[in-house]
Amino acid sequence: MMPGHGEVLIAEGDPRLSEDEERLIAEFRRQLDEGMWAAVPTTRPGSGRRQALLVKAYQDVPASADRVIFFPRAAGG
Amino acid sequence: MVLALLVLALVAAALMLPIAVRTVRSRTDRRRARWSRRRAERRELRDPGRERRAEQRARELLRSCVNDEEWAMYRDLGFIRVLGRLQAEGPHGLSAPRRRFRGGAPSSEASRGPARTGAEGERQAGYAYLIYPHKPIVAYVPRTGRLLSEYCVEFPELAGAISHSRLPDSDDVLAKWMALTADERRLINESNMHLPGRQIDPARVRRDLWRLREWERLRRGPDAPVAPGR
Repeated sequence: MMPGHGEVLIAEGDPRLSEDEERLIAEFRRQLDEGMWAAVPTTRPGSGRRQALLVKAYQDVPASADRVIFFPRAAGG
Repeated sequence: MVLALLVLALVAAALMLPIAVRTVRSRTDRRRARWSRRRAERRELRDPGRERRAEQRARELLRSCVNDEEWAMYRDLGFIRVLGRLQAEGPHGLSAPRRRFRGGAPSSEASRGPARTGAEGERQAGYAYLIYPHKPIVAYVPRTGRLLSEYCVEFPELAGAISHSRLPDSDDVLAKWMALTADERRLINESNMHLPGRQIDPARVRRDLWRLREWERLRRGPDAPVAPGR
């Protein structure tokens, strides 16, 4: 998410391919280094309710996730 | 005599040269900065729909992430309700024994979180939040409508600070929703807590809660029973 622009596609690829995976990991780290939070929209097992999962490492991203959303870190207003 | 004057003139020119060069250079830099600002402004004017398109993309992203009921709520009412999940303690240390005394859900049920969605889930939840775009998150007690606190939270970015723009409304709501559903305690701790009324008119919130109740009643059906106390 970017101010004034909304959702912007940063990177995409197939994590099963090593080249794509390296690029995705590099971009993931770059976003976190810039102070962004990473969240994965998921579904709670049992209830089926949608929720988000904050991830701090690429390895924490669920295998079934099709996207990771980066947004600015929360701060007191 | 003339030769001496010429020599003096040359020496003076040589001494003045660096100052003249610095002056010309700084004026050129200022002019270039002015031109680039004007070019950027002209680009913005040629694209007046940028913010509208950004909000449209943000709405589509929000819709794809939240529950269907929450999306319909935001579309129709302009805010999203999220049930609180810190049942045993509440958003700021409301302990389970005290909640039982007040008629709240027992801790065993509470620890599992809200069992159902929608109005039924709200009745079972000890507290809930209202998420507005670019306004504080409001915590309230669903059973009584009592407003608990305002949680002021922002998602600042350095680029936004420079360009004086902010996240589209729907992106702001989505960011709060993701942070709240992923790690409620962390978001509450990161925010600035205030008493109700600090930034949002309590009358407006109560009106929105009434709109929410009517909206849910209409979704359930006009013949559905109204909960007591409402």
